[in-house]
Amino acid sequence: MTSLPKQLYLFYRDGFRSMLVGRTLWKIIAIKLFIMFAVLKLFFFPNYLETKFNTERDRAGHVLENLTRMPPAR
Amino acid sequence: MGEHILTTVDWARAQFALTAMYHWIFVPLTLGLSFLIAFFETIYVKTGNEEWRKLTRFWMTLFGINFAIGVATGIILEFQFGTNWSNYSWMVGDIFGAPLAIEGIFAFFLEATFFAVMFFGWQRVSKGFHLFSTWMVAVGSNLSAVWILVANGWMQFPTGMAFNPDKARFEMQNFWEVALSPVAVHKFTHTTSSAFVLASLFVLGVSALFLLQERHQKMAKRSMVVAAAFGFVASVFVGLTGDEAAFNVAHHQPMKLAAMEGLYVGQVKAPIVAMGIINASKKPGDDLPAFYQETKIPGLLSLLANRDPNSFVPGINDLVFGNAERNIVGAEQRMITGKIALAELAHYKYARETGNETEAASALALFDQYKGDLGYGYLNSPAEAAPPVATTFYSFHIMVVLGTLFPLIFLLVLYFAFKGSLEYQRWLNLLCFFSIFLGYVAQQAGWVVAEVGRQPWAIQGLLPVGMASTNIAASNVQTTFFIFLTLFTALLLAEIRIMMQQIKIGPEA
Repeated sequence: MTSLPKQLYLFYRDGFRSMLVGRTLWKIIAIKLFIMFAVLKLFFFPNYLETKFNTERDRAGHVLENLTRMPPAR
Repeated sequence: MGEHILTTVDWARAQFALTAMYHWIFVPLTLGLSFLIAFFETIYVKTGNEEWRKLTRFWMTLFGINFAIGVATGIILEFQFGTNWSNYSWMVGDIFGAPLAIEGIFAFFLEATFFAVMFFGWQRVSKGFHLFSTWMVAVGSNLSAVWILVANGWMQFPTGMAFNPDKARFEMQNFWEVALSPVAVHKFTHTTSSAFVLASLFVLGVSALFLLQERHQKMAKRSMVVAAAFGFVASVFVGLTGDEAAFNVAHHQPMKLAAMEGLYVGQVKAPIVAMGIINASKKPGDDLPAFYQETKIPGLLSLLANRDPNSFVPGINDLVFGNAERNIVGAEQRMITGKIALAELAHYKYARETGNETEAASALALFDQYKGDLGYGYLNSPAEAAPPVATTFYSFHIMVVLGTLFPLIFLLVLYFAFKGSLEYQRWLNLLCFFSIFLGYVAQQAGWVVAEVGRQPWAIQGLLPVGMASTNIAASNVQTTFFIFLTLFTALLLAEIRIMMQQIKIGPEA
């Protein structure tokens, strides 16, 4: 009688091993996630308010400043 | 010249639209196909017929391809919130932050458990538990769409919240008012049922290809009968929920409804334009004709908007300039009150900074009086309150025409299937095949109506898109726009290629 964690491990291991088209799909998922998180998120998509301001108060102040500055709307 | 230069906001909008539209290529197929697979497998478990198991596994493979290629494409939208739309994401963070995070965690556990059983468990778990897992994937996938659609519904009809002027945030006051707002409920039901239609068209189209190629005909016909039945029921539901959605638009976003029908001057017994060529040069308040050519059905728009064919439906001009006779306050007047709200908000901010609490309280009282028109204070002219009419009109009519065509296709398939001559109807099989493309057109057109039709607002009446964005260089957003264009196009091509390979192989031998 194998333990539940081992059964689960074997379930996933055998499942991944028996994949055919799934192998290609996992490669695509891995490449996609790498591009998204290791390239895009890291270098192109910083959280603007979190990187520019240290406290919630400062972030709120900045947004409120923007809201009351009244630039042209579109 | 300067007018033609695309600004940061333009690029941010283009990037968001591009990402959302590509994302929505993958999502509706996942939502609908998951249920079709559950139906196929239920028939297999009920009948014990191995043919149905093979059929189920074939569609499950195509489902897996679509899911794998599409998974996490929506996360890019969340990246964009933090970078391109920082004002907006800060302001709505209290309302959307937690539910969207819960949705992500829920989706992860769903995928890690029931998806795994569905794909890996055919010989490892009982038939009953496998079927249960397949149903859980279908239900769970659709439920995971709830919160993002509730969020979208809230942007169209902001309710259950209060604006906190100290934190510059909308704060949730009533969770159920947000979650069960009529706009959110109908957005969810209309969107998911239309996804069922798309998936049904996908199954019909691929199966029709088999019939045209004279391959796997038995499996193809079985798939088509289930898909056509599901698709027809879903189409009826799309019609009913679409009617409710339009009713809500009439009451919460009347400008969008007027743009959907190119109605500039409000009228009683307002017609629906069955067919028309709209005058894209027309602007609110001018004397140009709204249409070059049109065929109208009198009273139908009034019926749709108010459940009364003789009722009055406001037009774009009424909503821009006001209509005292009909007691309609136009954008022109709302701009005045909006600017008061903005001035009092600035006044309140200054008073708080300088520690003058009496003045702050007085400014806040005035702000509260006019805050409902806050967004109008940012407009430069009343005409800015109107969305791009031609885009909204054509998208709406394309969606409706296709939404009317699809149930007819489903009925024809069922008719010829029961006559036993489906494989001989070459024209119908060709139509089914091309309907995959038409299904996607209808999906995208629906979102264009929803999103372009609500311009200029990021949050209806409260925050125009120009104020929702971040002050960053346009070149930054431009660069990532083209990165996304390349990435998503590559993913789409990969999906089509891998799917075509699997379709060529067909169901397992």
